[in-house]
Amino acid sequence: MTVSEYQVVGRHLPTEADPNPKIYRMRIFALNEVVAKSRFWYFLRQLKKVKKANGEIIGVNVIHEKKPLKVKNFGIWLRYDSRSGTHNMYKEFRELSRADAVKSLYQDMAARHRARFRSIHILRVVEIEKNEDVRRPYIKQLLAPGLRFPLPHRVQKSRSTFVAHRPSTFN
Amino acid sequence: MVGPNNLLYAVSIRSESTFKRFVEVGRVVLLRSGPHAGKTAVIAEIIDHNRAIIDGPATGIPRHAFPYRHLTLTPFRLPKLPRGAGSGTVLKQLTSEGIVEKWNKSTWATKRTAIEKRKSLNDFERFKTFVAKKSRRDVVRKSVKAAKKA
Repeated sequence: MTVSEYQVVGRHLPTEADPNPKIYRMRIFALNEVVAKSRFWYFLRQLKKVKKANGEIIGVNVIHEKKPLKVKNFGIWLRYDSRSGTHNMYKEFRELSRADAVKSLYQDMAARHRARFRSIHILRVVEIEKNEDVRRPYIKQLLAPGLRFPLPHRVQKSRSTFVAHRPSTFN
Repeated sequence: MVGPNNLLYAVSIRSESTFKRFVEVGRVVLLRSGPHAGKTAVIAEIIDHNRAIIDGPATGIPRHAFPYRHLTLTPFRLPKLPRGAGSGTVLKQLTSEGIVEKWNKSTWATKRTAIEKRKSLNDFERFKTFVAKKSRRDVVRKSVKAAKKA
């Protein structure tokens, strides 16, 4: 499954007291439109006195990456509910799009902290424009000028059980 | 695979490395799987220790991200290619360096095409090669015998 970035727009239903309710817009990372709308209500009812029963969704659109072939460094701020408490975190990712960065964030959180989708709030996703602003060493090392590295010990798969020559793993 | 620590190590030992082929900008690679398997492309930019952006304007490969797991590094490279160069620059340097001809002439590429050709033959064509090889063997054997007598 791939994560996409959605723009969800919604508002409280018009009432006699407030015929023109305020319109709210959110950028939400979700697997599909249904999840995006659900997350929109989840966040909106935490922030404002609006819920799904007395509100409506005006529109849902996918936000596409402007330059999907440019390698970018992203900084992501997140809030994560662990088994024993809530933590704020900042992580960096080197990806081609904001949605890809969020996808690998969920993978990373699942791997390192066994965190599920429901226990992570993405607070902010920012593209890091300048290389000096990159904070994490695991991204910094990829920005070294003249970067190169070998691919050591490459084992080729052989179809047969027995072969005449030992495989060459070095180049 | 190359971990983060190995990356730093690889950068620091730039001059005295025993490795001959590196993942680097401008490296010509051979794709081993996917829709473009068997074609060559150029690394335009390194994304991380698993993937790079590859581009093959001379071989009809669109610019896209590709994992190192499914490619092989070739001995060829474009030494002057800047990081993140566009398809136009890559094509220009490929033609000026003559990489495509160099690759097609290499033993590796000729062997690959020969193997592919052999695989695509049908039963009758295989029979024809068998007969042709037999007649070649005959000529060689006869001339060797004549040379021995003389």
